[in-house]
Amino acid sequence: MADTQPDQNHPYHMVAPSPWPVLGAAAVMVLAGGAIVFFHDGGPWIMLAGLAALLYVMFRWWSDVVREAQDGHSHNAIVRIGLRYGMALFILSEVMFFFGFFWAFFASSLFPAGGTWPPKGVEVLDPFDWPLLNTFILLSSGATLTWAHHGLIEDYRRDLVRGLAATIALGITFTLIQAYEYSHAAFGFTEGIYPTTFYMATGFHGFHVIIGTIFLTVCLVRAVKGHFKPDQHVGFEAAAWYWHFVDVVWLFLFFSIYWWGS
Amino acid sequence: MADIVPTAVDDIPSAEVAEVDLYHARSWWTKYVFSQDAKVIAVQYSCTAIAIGLVALVLSWLMRLQLGFPESFSFIDASDYYQFITMHGMIMVIYLLTALFLGGFGNYLIPLMVGARDMVFPYVNMLSFWVYLLAVAVLVASFFVPGGPTGAGWTLYPPQAILSGTPGSEYGIILMLVSLALFIIGFTMGGLNYVVTVLQARTRGMTLMRLPLTVWGIFVATILALLAFPALFVGCVMMIFDRVLGSSFFMPAIVEMGQQLSYGGGSPLLFQHLFWFFGHPEVYIVALPAFGIVSDLLSVHARRHIFGYRMMVWAIVIIGALSFVVWAHHMYVSGMNPWFGFFFATTTLIIAVPTALKVYNWALTLWRANIQFTLPMLFALGFIVTFVNGGITGLFLGNVVVDVPLSDTMFVVAHFHMVMGVAPILVIFGAIYHWYPLMTGRMLDEKMGQFHFWVTFVGAYTIFLPLHYLGLLGVPRRYFEMGETSFIPASAQDLNAFVTVVALIVGFAQIVFLFNLFRSLRHGKVAGRNPWKAASLEWQTDDVPPGHGNFGEHLPVVYRWAYDYSVPGAPDDFIPQNVPSNAVAENHAEAPSAADGIEAPRT
Repeated sequence: MADTQPDQNHPYHMVAPSPWPVLGAAAVMVLAGGAIVFFHDGGPWIMLAGLAALLYVMFRWWSDVVREAQDGHSHNAIVRIGLRYGMALFILSEVMFFFGFFWAFFASSLFPAGGTWPPKGVEVLDPFDWPLLNTFILLSSGATLTWAHHGLIEDYRRDLVRGLAATIALGITFTLIQAYEYSHAAFGFTEGIYPTTFYMATGFHGFHVIIGTIFLTVCLVRAVKGHFKPDQHVGFEAAAWYWHFVDVVWLFLFFSIYWWGS
Repeated sequence: MADIVPTAVDDIPSAEVAEVDLYHARSWWTKYVFSQDAKVIAVQYSCTAIAIGLVALVLSWLMRLQLGFPESFSFIDASDYYQFITMHGMIMVIYLLTALFLGGFGNYLIPLMVGARDMVFPYVNMLSFWVYLLAVAVLVASFFVPGGPTGAGWTLYPPQAILSGTPGSEYGIILMLVSLALFIIGFTMGGLNYVVTVLQARTRGMTLMRLPLTVWGIFVATILALLAFPALFVGCVMMIFDRVLGSSFFMPAIVEMGQQLSYGGGSPLLFQHLFWFFGHPEVYIVALPAFGIVSDLLSVHARRHIFGYRMMVWAIVIIGALSFVVWAHHMYVSGMNPWFGFFFATTTLIIAVPTALKVYNWALTLWRANIQFTLPMLFALGFIVTFVNGGITGLFLGNVVVDVPLSDTMFVVAHFHMVMGVAPILVIFGAIYHWYPLMTGRMLDEKMGQFHFWVTFVGAYTIFLPLHYLGLLGVPRRYFEMGETSFIPASAQDLNAFVTVVALIVGFAQIVFLFNLFRSLRHGKVAGRNPWKAASLEWQTDDVPPGHGNFGEHLPVVYRWAYDYSVPGAPDDFIPQNVPSNAVAENHAEAPSAADGIEAPRT
């Protein structure tokens, strides 16, 4: 390390005091308290207020981060490596999160309580109907995202913007199809173990798709504003990694829950 | 190791020092509320963890009073007892031990020990603490809601955890699950920080194989936590859904009070698997930092390098990896396939190999060393003995055939209290006695510390050794009262009463410790710089206690590992990590050396 960069001595990004962590935690407190009230048949309003406050804090906080990224010196090469490590580890812990849902699915399906899987009387979805289309949509969104990434690396902003826009459009289409499929499914969430595991895994995946879409939309706005440079675009990379992660989870969902599980 | 840094390097200020003034806190708000300094966050984590730990201590007294003198305390009924058990276990394992080792010691020591100015994501670090505090608040709130906290046992096994007969099934269980989910969210944010800081923010010359073992322990434990906690998170989310929305992840078709409930098709075993897939790594999330800290305490206070440093590092890594494939040894009697029991017994016993290796290396570190019986050393020795004891009973419980008759008896209680209750807590005490001078600039009082150590150490044995015996007699755990049985002799009750008295005494001895903590803040002996003559970086700061930014204008440069004690020929009996090596000092005799007048050591 010493002989590679003799003129650098760990330039950290030392940050100024910020109100957002404590305000964010306060918003989470309102959200969690509201959720507990809501679970006990109170109204959802406290929970929604907490959610709104949390979203506001997230917006302001990440605006600060974007500003730091643009100031030219805060996010230097070493800080950027740290941010990448952080995102990669976060995705790793998300992998373990889905691992738990798949565990629930396989525990119930490999050793079904009633002897058969899917359980008797459950009218499952046809995997080669909407789900297959959704698979193609997500896979193509991965391709358009890579197109955008290449546009970014080649410093060709038109391709970057178009690729991102196409990815976002595909992501929104996916979510809409998923919503349509849910509304037409022949089983409700609480009607036994099959719907429960099905909605839990696909629902949390859908939630992640929505987060990824928002993340990409932020990237699109930043791309239009010209924030990303060929050698400095951690925000874009993080969004891309996240999107590919969501993509891979879908493939597992499709092959195990939709196809094998039916 | 000299080839890694061939020449002495002039200190070069970090790029940002001149420009942004390091953003030192200027007011109470920016120091404690909007703060980004890992050391402040560490103290906040520690104080919160110790405060909630005191609640758990009081709960254990109440349980012991009931066990020792049944039917004497009208204010404890069976429901209360189960609530005490649940909250005591949950608080100790998660809100005290995990938070204190990783949030407290991790935050304080990682940046200082690796030579960083702060964690790499300081805001996220602060958020981590505030969310942790929130999780604790939600947990404490469950004492005050109608029905009280949940009494499901700290393992929260369904279906009983969410059925209406269980204490706290109205609000308590929901608060518990929400609190756990919050804790995990908060912890994940802190954990990302610790891992990335170790990977990314090490100062020049601080290679991975020069890190103090404390950092290694916390680092691997944090990775375990990042991978294991999501399983608990998923379990909590599913159980909330089962409880609130009526889904059936963990709920089989069930008849309650003659009524068929609407649940059906789920598997209670699934929750046990998810819980223990988190729960067993959790044991090592607590134990690995303890291993690391104890290695450093032994080395400093025995004035000898740690024996087999590389072995110790790899043992930590291997224990961490193995801890993911042993979880079902908590479930031998759950009705799972016996072949699983065979597999998990084998992996469990394999873990004993790297663990024993660590114990041998500690013993060899002490072999012919210049042992100083300081307070941290006493606690470290206490840890080794206690840990070996708890580990040996672990061999009993790890074998399926021996475990089956012993499971759900006091033997199990005694085992896990020795190995992951008393042992890590002894390390925490030792670590506080060791690093308190760094954090406050003053020493803790020696006499009170001696009293605290001997009462705690002897007391712990006096409490838990009899519990092994009671367990072998067949006294079950989690029973409100035994009543009359044909197989448990009446003397068991006398022993229980004795244990209760000792537990009360040991508990009160902790008040001496707390008093010591507060009193020494003002009246302790001034420690000065590096009172233990330790070689690792956290003691080499410009100021004691270290200020915001940790190291003054220049970051230290590291030339050696953290264990150069009693080096022959050296002027002092230790060489700090940031002192250039022998060759360097000779070749650059004219260059300003960081050695502060220490002559070239012959290594």
